[in-house]
Order: sequence, then C-alpha cells, then structure tokens
Amino acid sequence: MFGFGAILPQTNAVRHELFCNICNSYKNTGMKHLLSGNEAFARGIYEAGVTFAVGYPGTPSTEILENCVKFYGETVRCEWAPNEKVALEAAAGAAMAGARAVVTMKHVGLNVAADPLMSLAYTGTQGALIIIVADDPGMHSSQNEQDSRHYARFAKIPVLEPADSQEARDFILKAAEISEKYRTPVLVRTTTRVSHSRSLLELHEPVALDREIGFQKDPSKTALIPFWAKKLRVVVEERLKKMTKDNSDPNGWGVNVEELRSDELGIVTEGIAYQYVREVFPNASVLKLGCPFPFPEALVRNFSYKVRKVLVVEEVEDFTEQHLRAAGIACEGKSVVPNIGELSCDVLRESKSKLEAPEEPRGVNAWCKAEMKTPLPNRPPTLCAGCPHRGVFYALNKMDVNVTGDIGCYSLGVSPPLSSLDTIICMGAGFSMAHGMAQSGQSRKTVGILGDSTFFHSGITGLLNIAWNKVNTTVIVLDNRTTAMTGHQENPGSGKNLMGEETIAADITEIGRACGMKNIAVFNPLDHAETVATLKRAVESDEPWLLVSKSPCVLILKERMGAVRKIDPEKCKTCKQCLKLGCPAIEYSGDVPPTINSIVCNGCSLCNQICKFGAISE
Amino acid sequence: MTKTTSIVLAGVGGQGILLASEICAKAAGFAGFDVKTNEVHGMAQRGGSVIGQIRYGEKVFSPLVSQGEATVLMSLERIEALRYADYLSPDGLAVVNSQKIVPVTVSSGGAKYPENAHEILKSTFKNLIYFDANQIALELGNPKCANVVLLGALATALHNISNEIWLDAVRACVKPRYVDLNIAAFERGLVAKSEL
Repeated sequence: MFGFGAILPQTNAVRHELFCNICNSYKNTGMKHLLSGNEAFARGIYEAGVTFAVGYPGTPSTEILENCVKFYGETVRCEWAPNEKVALEAAAGAAMAGARAVVTMKHVGLNVAADPLMSLAYTGTQGALIIIVADDPGMHSSQNEQDSRHYARFAKIPVLEPADSQEARDFILKAAEISEKYRTPVLVRTTTRVSHSRSLLELHEPVALDREIGFQKDPSKTALIPFWAKKLRVVVEERLKKMTKDNSDPNGWGVNVEELRSDELGIVTEGIAYQYVREVFPNASVLKLGCPFPFPEALVRNFSYKVRKVLVVEEVEDFTEQHLRAAGIACEGKSVVPNIGELSCDVLRESKSKLEAPEEPRGVNAWCKAEMKTPLPNRPPTLCAGCPHRGVFYALNKMDVNVTGDIGCYSLGVSPPLSSLDTIICMGAGFSMAHGMAQSGQSRKTVGILGDSTFFHSGITGLLNIAWNKVNTTVIVLDNRTTAMTGHQENPGSGKNLMGEETIAADITEIGRACGMKNIAVFNPLDHAETVATLKRAVESDEPWLLVSKSPCVLILKERMGAVRKIDPEKCKTCKQCLKLGCPAIEYSGDVPPTINSIVCNGCSLCNQICKFGAISE
Repeated sequence: MTKTTSIVLAGVGGQGILLASEICAKAAGFAGFDVKTNEVHGMAQRGGSVIGQIRYGEKVFSPLVSQGEATVLMSLERIEALRYADYLSPDGLAVVNSQKIVPVTVSSGGAKYPENAHEILKSTFKNLIYFDANQIALELGNPKCANVVLLGALATALHNISNEIWLDAVRACVKPRYVDLNIAAFERGLVAKSEL
C-alpha cells in the first residue's frame, strides 16, 4: 500500500524530487509501486538476472522492451529484431550459451516464431529461455484472436499466466527457475488487460547469479539431426511427465493457488479472468492456475472433490476445460462463459445468471439509452492529419487495381473514404499475395503494399520471389522510417537500434536491387502529381516494379510540415473532393462549406493540391 | 469492505487520456487505496474513440469498470461522453468538455454529428458539469492542459481523496517545468461551473 513519509510543504520543484523514478509514487516510504503489467514484466526481467532481451513490437507487448531499455538498459542488453522468428532464435542462442534470455512478441508473432519454438522444445537451453507472448482477446489492435496457451501444449512446454502486475514480475523469476531446472523454454502468456492495466507491486533487488557464461559444446543436445532428435523426442515426453507431476504438487512451483470459501461452487480460473471471478463470485471457492499447462490434474481433481459444482472460467478458448473433461472431471465452462472476445465482470454476470437463478438487474443506465434518440457517429481510428500514407491511398483509390495490404498504420487505408485496400492478412502478405493474385490469370492489375518495418520483417523474401519469378505486379513500400502503429520503434532502416546506438540504416532500394528488381522508383507521397505519375507508370508496365513511398511519419516530426491550410468559403463550391482524403483536420457537417481545424492540420498540403477551385491555401 | 470507486475517462485518441488516467491512479494510491487502471494502446490511439478506467478502494480485483458502476465519467469531447454513458451510475457525475471533434465518418458523409448534443447531454446526465476546458487551458497559456482542468472538476465528486493529494499526484505525473501550469489548471477545474 502507498504510505506517507515525512512530507513537508515545499516548492513544486523540490516536491517533484520526492517521487520514485520508476513509477512516480513517493520514494523511500516502503510502499508498493504502481506499474502496468508490461512495466512489471520489464522489472521481472531485470530482477531475474536476464542479460539479453529481444523482441518485435506488437500491441499489447511492445512496452515490455521499451521499459526494459529505459530503466534497466545498463544490465539488460535490449534489442528489436526484424521479426519474431529472428528474435526467438537470437534469444535461444544467448540462452544456449548459458545466459538468461527473454523474447517478447504479440500472439501473431508467435506464429512467425513457431518454427524455432517447436525444435527448441527438444533441445532446451542451458540458461533460461523465456518467451513472453501477449494475446489480444477482443482484438483491440489485432487481425485475429488467438489463444497462445495452445502453443504450450503443441510444443510440450510450460505456460505461466500472470493475473496482475505483481505476478507479471513474479512469474518471470519463476519462469527462469523452471526453464533452467527442466531445461525447457517457458511461455509466459499475458493479455491486453494484464499488460495495459496498472496495479500495485513490490520490487526487489536483482537475484545474484553466480555463473560463468560459456557455450558448452554437446551437439547430441543441441544439433537436431534425426539420430539425436529421436532421442530428444523421448526426453520431451519424460520431461512433460515430470513437470506435470511437479505442477500438480501443492508445494510444487508455487504458482497455483487454492482459495476455499464455499463447498457449493468451485471455480477453476487463470490470468485476468481470476479478477472478474473474485468480483462476480465473491463467495465461490477458487483454484487459480498460474500454470495451466502441464495440466495439474491431481490438483484440480482434489479441488473438485471439495465442491459440489465446478465452473471453468478462462478467456477465449476452452483450453483448461478440455483438460478437465479429458480427466473425467465434471464441469461447466464454455456452456455459460463465451469463447469469443474478452471477459469482464459484466460478461461474467451473464454467465452467472445462466448458471443459477438470475440475479437482480443492476442499476444499469437503461433510462439513458432509451432517451438517446440520435445515434452517435462512429469514431474509428484514422490516418493522422499529414500522414504520408494518405497520398498513396488517395491515388490508388482512383485506379482500377486490386490492392493486397498488410499490417500497420496503413491498414487504416481500408476504411472509407480512402477504401483502397482489398486484403489484410498478416505481416509480409501484402507482397506475397500480390504475387499470387497476379499469377492467377485474373485481368485486373494487382498492387502489393506494406510498410518499412514490415518490409524488413517479412517483405524481402516476397520481393525476391517476385523478381525471381518475373511477376507482373507493382509492390510499394510505404517508408516512413519507423514502426509507427506500435509507437515508433526503431527498425533496421532507422539508423538507430533499441539501445539508442547509431548504426546502419538499411536502404530499401539497395535491397530491391540486390533481390534483382530492375524497375525501382522512389516518390514523395505528399506530391500528388508525382505520386499519380509514378503509380501509373508502374501499373501500366508489364514488368515487376518496386516503388518506395518516402516521407517520414508525421508524428516523429518535431514541427508542422508546412503552413496550416484554410478553405476560402467564397471560392469553395462544396464539391467535397477534399473530404475524399479522409483527413481528420477537414471537418464538414453538411451545412456550411468544409473547414480546416487549425489545431489538427499539419500543413501537408495534399488538400490544396487536389482542390480544383483553388479554394484551399495557406 | 468499502465500496470500490470507479472513474471512466473518455475522449479521442491523442487528447491526453493516458496522463489523466495516471494522475487519477496516483491520487488514489497516495490516498492509501488499492488501485487498478486500464488504458488503450495501439491502433485505437490514432484518432479513435478511447477510454481509460480507474478503480480504487480497499481491495480491487477487476481493472475494468462495470456498466452502471462509475462514480464519475469525464469526457474530453462533447459526444464521447454519450458513447460511454452506460458506465455511469445513475447518481454519478458527468464532467464534459464542450470541445467538438468531428469524426471522419461524419466529414465523409457516412454519419451525422448530433446537432442537439446539448439537449441529449442534459437529458442523459442528471449531474452534469459541462464547460469549455480548452478555453481555460488557452487562458493559462497551454491548450494541452485541458485534460487537467477537467480533472479538477472531476475531483469535486470524489470525496475520499483530498485536494492536497490530487495536487501531489499532478506533481508526480508531469515534467517539472509543467508543474505550475498543471496545478493552476487543476485549481481552475475545481471551481468550474456548468454552462448547461
């Protein structure tokens, strides 16, 4: 709990010195710190003696490494990798040499890293290898909803699920111990509401690891030729049996907690769902699984004997429920708890009423909904005012082409009025799908689009394939020099790395040339005429083209790009052409001619370039 | 166990919800409460509708506010208050900035911005403080502190946290050179009168 020390009235500047630099709570008063789950993971990484932390940005995982480098960069080497597969392999290399290593990513990133994961489960590592994977139930900022616990069963490795910031810190230390004790990678699964919620926790000093870092050569353990892999395949099963036994032991890993209250209802739950359970079912007995896999069967069975009815409450899939059913433990689960989207107290109240007699309706503001006769306009996320991507999408919207898009801020080009992306699947698919669509024999030209960070992530192989197979398609890299959507992380094109060191700035056109692309053009997307001319030239050709749309993200610019624009109501004919840019600075409610919001406008000038009546000027 | 207090902050991505949320959390923590918050990151921050949630009390489990539970709902934009009205308890206070931000869905002709927003606000919220926090922030010399002006008005509904603690929370969350500005902003909010 927070507490008060001897804090006397002082000037604002002096009082500011009283606050902790990690969480801004009062310093040195023995109180807990208020940190987000991701800040707590970073703290756990530091306290566990991890010396190498690597990842690829992705909501909701990004802030783990950002906080790690910010506060603990002196002892933890932090790096962004070009993609999650590279990140996991790099972490595995460090762990094989005996260091404690962490890799962070979002759920779809683990798909990319699945290949090394499956094999690392065979070899294990000498030092700890911890994979923090952040799921996004409810798809706040993701293209799909996955439950990464499945990867634990798939790879036959343990998964830990923290339920708040304290456990986010604690479970990293626990994961390091388990990883080294059983020589296995350990998955730590977090979700949006754990990563982005703040709660109180205690901090400790880092553990003192007395060890020599040095790779011990033993290819029978680390080189998966079939001869040795067949032996390790057996080791994996034996390890799983041993871990299942230890995780079932009430005094085992200390992450599963039984809270006995009533002998009527017993709830098996995990992660953030635990928090909702405690509010909605305050009198129920609870078995909170900090480690749902390897499934602690004996522990759950023993718990089930102590209550009349068992309910499994877990977010997204029926992962744990299936384990109960396979073990013959009668339970309710997804029969009353939804398997789509996030849980919340409101959702669980509905589950509760399905389970038992309906409870009294709460004081929901029903009267408010009834009185609100005017429906509210949607306010979806949009490209920022001055965003250079807008120039490309506006031009593409007027062309008869298929556009295969990708994951990033530029995914927003799919929304009206720009409406210029046709597909969004995964990182890299913007290029590879353009390839296939062009080869399908359909007549419309196909254009592939992705961003600079996505190009380095998994666009290069697609580009190489297009050059190699001589595909008649145009692919565009929207190069804004940063990983914008997740909050402007460095990438191999930035000239800096996560540690802030000056380094190479990979050149996309050079890479294109090295891949064998003959036709390459760079254009300024905020020059409308140049953009249209460049796109036309490429699309009307019957050869592969690589275009690079080069203009920095407006959010990383220190100043406005140009003078604020304004619309002259005398000259404006309300033709609404400027509204087709979908710029948040241009406001129009249908009564008077459109106006430009001078606070929002970034002065990119696209609107005055496209206005046919010369009504827009500085 | 004492009842958990819940705060919902609404607005448009980029308006300063994250800072307002942090100040609330810190204030609750300084007052000795258990506290949890939830914020929106990633795609929704790009000009979309966003909320921040803060819950505090003797012991808090869920970081998410339930429908009809919030003691106070603060909105940095006029109609965003309506979008999240269901979170507010029937006796709760709504603190609403009069700023109007037209969404692209309206500008591009796909939807309408309610013309009678004032009437809807009045009929939706029994207890309402509606005023132009941007104007006050401009008078103080920095339009960016409108969020802290609104926090001052919000604080009037939270009797379990003293003004001194609120001010310490402001000090803890803003850069030293902005402390005086934000303290002044908070104090202007404390005495703000509803314009509806």
